[in-house]
Amino acid sequence: MSKASTKVQLDHTHCRHLLLQMTRIRRFEEKCAELYTQEKIRGFLHLYIGEEAVAVGVMEALAPQDAVVATYREHGHALVRGVSAGAIMAEMYGKQEGCSGGRGGSMHLFDAATRFYGGNAIVGGGLPLAAGLALADKLAGRSNVSVCFFGEGAVAEGEFHETLNLAALWQLPVLFVCENNLYAMGTALDISESETDISAKAACYRMQSDAVDGMNVVNVEAAARRAVAAIRETGRPYFLECRTYRFRAHSMFDPQLYRAKAEVEEWKGRGPITRFKTWALEAGELNDPDIEAIEQEVAHEIAEAVAFAEAGTWEPVGHLFHNVGAERRA
Amino acid sequence: MTQISYRDAIRGAIRDAMQADPRVFLMGEDVGHYGGCYAVSKGLLEEFGPDRIRDTPLSESAFTGAGIGAAMGGMRPIVEIMTCNFSLLALDQIMNNAATIRHMSGGQFNVPIVIRMATGGGRQLGAQHSHSLEGWYAHIPGIRVLAPATVEDAAGMLAPALADPDPVLIFENALLYNEAAAMNGSVDIDIDHAALRREGSDISLITYGGSLGKTLAAAEELYVSGISSDVLDLRVLRPLDEDAILATVAKTRRAVIVDEGWRTGSISAEIMARLVERGFWNLDAPIARVCSEEVPIPYARHLEEAALPSISAIVAAARSVMGRSA
Repeated sequence: MSKASTKVQLDHTHCRHLLLQMTRIRRFEEKCAELYTQEKIRGFLHLYIGEEAVAVGVMEALAPQDAVVATYREHGHALVRGVSAGAIMAEMYGKQEGCSGGRGGSMHLFDAATRFYGGNAIVGGGLPLAAGLALADKLAGRSNVSVCFFGEGAVAEGEFHETLNLAALWQLPVLFVCENNLYAMGTALDISESETDISAKAACYRMQSDAVDGMNVVNVEAAARRAVAAIRETGRPYFLECRTYRFRAHSMFDPQLYRAKAEVEEWKGRGPITRFKTWALEAGELNDPDIEAIEQEVAHEIAEAVAFAEAGTWEPVGHLFHNVGAERRA
Repeated sequence: MTQISYRDAIRGAIRDAMQADPRVFLMGEDVGHYGGCYAVSKGLLEEFGPDRIRDTPLSESAFTGAGIGAAMGGMRPIVEIMTCNFSLLALDQIMNNAATIRHMSGGQFNVPIVIRMATGGGRQLGAQHSHSLEGWYAHIPGIRVLAPATVEDAAGMLAPALADPDPVLIFENALLYNEAAAMNGSVDIDIDHAALRREGSDISLITYGGSLGKTLAAAEELYVSGISSDVLDLRVLRPLDEDAILATVAKTRRAVIVDEGWRTGSISAEIMARLVERGFWNLDAPIARVCSEEVPIPYARHLEEAALPSISAIVAAARSVMGRSA
């Protein structure tokens, strides 16, 4: 494992990039919430606000040929993986220009070009897929890594245990990223798990396991770089628990009866964007005009994405049966 | 011409597929060292090695899902689930991923996986090893459901299933594994159409899978008593070959459907509904069904026999539709 690949270079360029990526997610999703109240976006909408450092840090460690499997809270993952904001927004509008052609919606973002395999809305359902993608790579002799994001709620699912066992047993190159935001919808970790130390659970499957402060983008990136380098070197799976927090409601229908406002405020004080921005300013890697420029750049990108989605078109109802199966079998 | 068993026919098809395409591999519980619960894959581990004949833990959801992921990753996996009863542990993966990903991704990803499983009762294995769930799976858009009833179909359905860019489920009735038939070289088999296994003029007996043998025996008995039957083997439960179903009934104007699934909400109910929707004016009599009785399949032999479709029940149903006394 080379040191260069695992070290985070905290120069101006990289600091700007990390803050830009987190800000893109934050502002994009704030816009989504606004559009939801205007009924431009319908269905379920699960916001990632507060957890941005996880997707941003992990994606920094990936190569273009690696595969990503995510959950129904995946707007941020798609965005920083490289799916265009316009294609994501158009998908949420249900337009055929969307990244899933309007068939998926917020919970089912897909993109072949960036090997983004969804958008899985069954808790735990994505883990076996990631193992399979990694199995295909292993059998074909490719050195790709398949990254699987899931929440700590998935840890209670059988598919979590089945897949961790399978990946360790078969030595599959999977990076399991547990986004532990402490609540499975409204059920706190300590009222759903007998063992609340999730990285310890993973370790018992004989896989390398690590836990990191998921509110610190630099820590996440460093841990992810170490993990991905280890996977590429050994071909074995690696488990990374990122301890994070969701600032917003589970979905747009959640009155948040299960947690105290003070708790949310306390976590917001440790917010990944505020924290990183403050550090970068103090360290002199970024200055106020940089921050302003980032905000302007992001505002422009989002305005363009909304315009793209607004200008998008509805798939003709005559196409209803498209993409259920192949038009013609091979 | 040599006699070959249904079991050997499937093994031969797996071997041919693996020799022809390095992307093909088999995985499932006990497919390797044990040789397959029904000995279908016996000897293949020695021939192809553990990477391609892959024993799995008892983790139906994980290995079925891994098959789906591997298919999306460019492989052509054959997943064996020991019986369809166990497939319920993998139902999330089959229904929520395999059947939906092409659609949810707007056609960007497809899942070329083949999932084989044993089905059916008649072996005194009780209620958790004897059910026929192929009709359930036929409910799901996005997958193809096959039920090979003959040695020829057992030999020939795998290759086109593997060539299908979408998920294909193959239900092998466990009572058929020892059935043998003469096979003459390779066969070109399609996975789109039903097949007329016997031609007649008075009544159509419509069936599939493990009930084909019973239905053909019933047809012979009926013939002796002067009733001539078309026997239609559906072969493909999804998508149904509706044209073939309508054509045989247009000819005979009467139908009995034989289905080892339970009656309520079954594939036989679906066939009946389609006949009523599109073939109503061709019917000279109400359609009848012979299905499994609505009980979990019992262990005791006499009760199990009473629960499953029988030759005598098929004969009686056909005679009743013909207006003959039992």
